[in-house]
Amino acid sequence: MDDIANDPGLVLNAFWVTIQLAVLSGLASLVLGTLLAAMRVGPVAVLARFGTVYVSIVRNTPLLVIFVLVFIAAPTLDLLVKTPFLVKGVIALTIYTSAFVCEAIRAGINSVSLGQAEAARAIGLTFGATMTQVVLPQAFRATVPPLASVLIALAKNTSVAAAFGLAEATARMRGLTNNNADDRWLIFITFAIGYIIIVEIMSAGAISLERRWRVTR
Amino acid sequence: MTEPLVVLDHVDKWFGELHVLQDINMSIARGEVVVVIGPSGSGKSTLCRTINRLETIDKGTITLDGKPLPAEGKALAAHRAEVGMVFQSFNLFAHKTILENVTLGPIKVRGTDKAAAEKQARQLLDRVGVGNQADKYPAQLSGGQQQRVAIARALAMEPKVMLFDEPTSALDPEMIKEVLDVMVDLAQGGMTMVVVTHEMGFARTAADRVVFMADGQVVEENTPDEFFSNAQSGRAQDFLSKILKH
Ligand SMILES: Nc1ncnc2c1ncn2[C@@H]1O[C@H](COP(=O)(O)OP(=O)(O)O)[C@@H](O)[C@H]1O
Ligand SMILES: [Mg+2]
Repeated sequence: MDDIANDPGLVLNAFWVTIQLAVLSGLASLVLGTLLAAMRVGPVAVLARFGTVYVSIVRNTPLLVIFVLVFIAAPTLDLLVKTPFLVKGVIALTIYTSAFVCEAIRAGINSVSLGQAEAARAIGLTFGATMTQVVLPQAFRATVPPLASVLIALAKNTSVAAAFGLAEATARMRGLTNNNADDRWLIFITFAIGYIIIVEIMSAGAISLERRWRVTR
Repeated sequence: MTEPLVVLDHVDKWFGELHVLQDINMSIARGEVVVVIGPSGSGKSTLCRTINRLETIDKGTITLDGKPLPAEGKALAAHRAEVGMVFQSFNLFAHKTILENVTLGPIKVRGTDKAAAEKQARQLLDRVGVGNQADKYPAQLSGGQQQRVAIARALAMEPKVMLFDEPTSALDPEMIKEVLDVMVDLAQGGMTMVVVTHEMGFARTAADRVVFMADGQVVEENTPDEFFSNAQSGRAQDFLSKILKH
């Protein structure tokens, strides 16, 4: 096998899979996590209970166990048998990350003063409109720092997918290191830098959002 | 049109063990301005909040325009749109501009189109004297300005009745007058108002009736002049002597 310097395509491809995993799971987790948070703060007791149970189960389960359930246990129950690896990776990461997104958003919602929701209800907004027009936009602003941490953790967690045969960055690195013991450090550092770049881009995005929203909070 | 606009009939409410509203009976005529006064913790805010059902009641009935308050859902939201509320802490939507604060209700609740809502909002902001602040955010305004915006936001829904819960208590003294002036204007324009306040000047100028509450009960009610110069109950006399001292 060629060494890393001679095969930039291999590296790029591996990072492309990582980015796809991170972006798709990130978007799905934001949607599912927001729904869960709305359930937890909403007026319907059954949904609130469901949200609470989901979050406490998932947060206390190691990511590896969730991957085992999605990649190994589910197929034995005839579930997700023909699903592509990338989709399974997104499912596992989303199940896990959405619980953390939910908690970050719920903390954000709780940081919005009760008076904001009362004023919204007092002009006749329904519960749904109160959430989407007044509470959630402010909660998201308060949520940017904790959400950024959650999404950065997600970017790093894509590496867990490696253990499940997904051709993402870490798996590719292991293949390369196995065959190129001499270049091991160079390869390791290259991939580490790749992760650092992804994480730095996300942090910079979070900081600029925070700055833009500072006046309006 | 002589039937009262708001009627509270044998209303009781408990917060756990605390009997916060005790057999409240009150009827408010169209165009009437009622000032509610009383010691802290006597249930004034709670009373105010039951009228737009931000607090539920345990016994009795409340009607607006002859119709009992809806319990929940869309009907309750529609009821709240008819009842304007102004809070002690303003509660302007922090992430929206002053203009957006005023247009949100008309656009989302009434389905008014954006241009018409903005035109109406600008008129209302001019009326309360903050027309030149339309594009700022609430945090950039003084307390007095924010409270006047809050009044404009409530008026934009064209409510049948306006509730004010200590609208000037959180304001620096020099800003109290600018808010009270707007309220006096409203009162003279025929708005039906329930105002929780200790501002005797406002009560004397604008109120038709003063209701004195203590410990969850309406202890006494009278015209402002009669109440302030000739309170009947010991509780009211005691209370008045305290607020007159400072
Ligand atoms: N949400 C609540 N839960 C429990 N007790 C409350 C709540 N809101 C108010 N109270 C209590 O009810 C009483 C009346 O409160 P409130 O209506 O705010 O009085 P006021 O506005 O006259 O000062 C107070 O003793 C207060 O502590
Ligand atoms: Mg009060």
